[in-house]
Amino acid sequence: MSSVTSNPSVAAPAAKLPNRSESLRIEPPHGLFNLRLGELWEYRELLYFMVWRDVKVRYKQTAIGIIWVILQPLLTMLVATIFFGRLAKLPSQGLPYSVFVFAAVVPWSYFASALTNTTNVVVENQRVITKVYFPRLILPLSAAFSGLVDFSIAFVVLLIFTFAHGIKPTFTILLLPFFLLLAVLTVLGVGLWLAALNALYRDVRYLIPFIVQFWTLASPVYYSSSMVPERYRWLYGLNPMAGVIDGFRWALTGTGHAPTITLIASTIMVCIALFGGLTFFNRMEGSIADRV
Amino acid sequence: MKTVIHTEGLSKEYTRGRVATSGLLRDSLANLFRSSLRRGDKERFWALRDVSLEVKEGEVLGLIGRNGSGKTTLLKILSRITRPTSGWAEIHGRVGSLLEVGTGFHPELTGRENTFMSGAILGMSKQEITRKFDEIVAFAELEKFIDTAVKHYSSGMYVRLAFAVAAHLEPEILLVDEVLAVGDIKFQHKCMGKMGDVARAGRTIILVSHQLNQIRRLCQCAAWIDWGTLRQAGPIHEVVNSYESAMSSTEQTDSLRKTSSSLKARFLSWEIVQPAADAPHTLTSHSPVKIRFHLEVRQPVRNTQHGIALFNVDRLLMWATAQQDISFAPGIHYLDYDFPSIPLRPGAYSWQVSLWEHEVQVELWNAIPDLTIATPNYQHWRDEWNGVLNIPSTFSTSTTKG
Repeated sequence: MSSVTSNPSVAAPAAKLPNRSESLRIEPPHGLFNLRLGELWEYRELLYFMVWRDVKVRYKQTAIGIIWVILQPLLTMLVATIFFGRLAKLPSQGLPYSVFVFAAVVPWSYFASALTNTTNVVVENQRVITKVYFPRLILPLSAAFSGLVDFSIAFVVLLIFTFAHGIKPTFTILLLPFFLLLAVLTVLGVGLWLAALNALYRDVRYLIPFIVQFWTLASPVYYSSSMVPERYRWLYGLNPMAGVIDGFRWALTGTGHAPTITLIASTIMVCIALFGGLTFFNRMEGSIADRV
Repeated sequence: MKTVIHTEGLSKEYTRGRVATSGLLRDSLANLFRSSLRRGDKERFWALRDVSLEVKEGEVLGLIGRNGSGKTTLLKILSRITRPTSGWAEIHGRVGSLLEVGTGFHPELTGRENTFMSGAILGMSKQEITRKFDEIVAFAELEKFIDTAVKHYSSGMYVRLAFAVAAHLEPEILLVDEVLAVGDIKFQHKCMGKMGDVARAGRTIILVSHQLNQIRRLCQCAAWIDWGTLRQAGPIHEVVNSYESAMSSTEQTDSLRKTSSSLKARFLSWEIVQPAADAPHTLTSHSPVKIRFHLEVRQPVRNTQHGIALFNVDRLLMWATAQQDISFAPGIHYLDYDFPSIPLRPGAYSWQVSLWEHEVQVELWNAIPDLTIATPNYQHWRDEWNGVLNIPSTFSTSTTKG
């Protein structure tokens, strides 16, 4: 509105339309499994922004920010070492108990917080969900990924701590990324179910602390899985985190045996949970905006 | 012209029970038992029913209708936020939707960070946002505060930034829900100007608004959604005018003459007696006008004051005057007003006429139907320079000697 006398033909420069033209058909939901991975790839920048926002907001709201990420597993390790290591004298596969437990607490903390965040992510973003479209799978993915930033920081502390105890890494450390991937997939496999269920029934939110608590006890965080009788080991391995933590500890310290049976059972379990979770979440996706 | 949006039999059914309940497992368990006793007690309703619509490339379509009539549901289906229950829609082109101002904003993040976050959620690429960043900040007039957390912003600042981000979205098809009615008047005008530019750039826009003047200014055509069905679609003035008269008549029957406190006298009707036309409530020319009100008097009224006012659709007063010391004997009277012309911009207007006796209201009538002004337009070609008045004028130049 700069001038009344401007010529209309030059007043509004027509912005160039993008050449890319897409056609889209909107229909009632059908089909059981329709992941649209291509579309997910197109939205990868949004996934990046969501993770970035999560991390930023998390540290902005706290007084000592990033120090929490180090302090939390350190304190857990300290308390566990005093009570389980010194007082209860739990066996620790020939490792110093502090190293034994710290090597488990770091991946476990990632799992526990990422699972909680993934469960709540759909409900917490309900405003956005009802106002704009994007593949909803972005939300649980971002929650599962943003925990990795905290994990990386804690992991560096863990590395230093392990070396300080004179434990030299062996070639097995190259397998660490695999166990981390398994942890991420476990978060997604379980989290997708819980996130979709939480959108339907808010009860899930209250259930989460119990799930995490029971799961801690059912995983070899504070005790060694060698305490589980050999013939029940595969059953124990159905808890995917048993495979993740045993494997993580083994890969980092290079002591003990590779947790083969547990690991196979865990991997199969994760694949089943993930497939089911994706299907369930996918089915819910179309109506999620109507229900949250 | 190419059709870019095509819907056929688009319908959306909601289950009221499910939407309204607390969403706790307890209720669902309770319902499980209950539904085995009483089947089908879930209340279902159609938020949208059998809507078939075509929008051509470059068209600006206004969606009008009462609250809860299904306009937003239609936008939500077209922007893929929710799926239809039946029917289908085909869209050719990149869609951007703007159902809320500030989607994706987080109070803890700074203006800069929120610009990127909101831009990404609305569908812009990082590169696109970086390129337009300075323009967005300048549009929002927030250069000094862009690195402040938005929780410290005033609501005006917040809205300005949020809209600035949205306004720089450049999809081929833009779906906008009632978001232009934000901010102060000056900023609203800026937004309207921006929308106008977007429309002129050849983009297709579907716009939901309750501000009919806004719709009139921005759109060439309109679709009227009523109780989930498409009631009328077509050229903007036709649809908006019939919507307006339907609205005012239902409002009138709702509060049928509650105001007439005395039965001494009442207004019966009004009409345009000159120039004579088939439609006695529509004004189509700038020639002299005679408006006639019919007043029925039952008991003599003396030393009466008579007032008349003309409002636009936003209930803004356009003009009013009053007469003192007139008396009426029982019977039917004509009250005539002569105007050299009524130079108001095209649209719907309503008369209000009243009768007072010693500061006591005898009669107050919000005249029905509305006055529709559909005169030739003598205004600037750009929307933002369209004023309240529509004054016929001619232009010439001449040269003086000396």
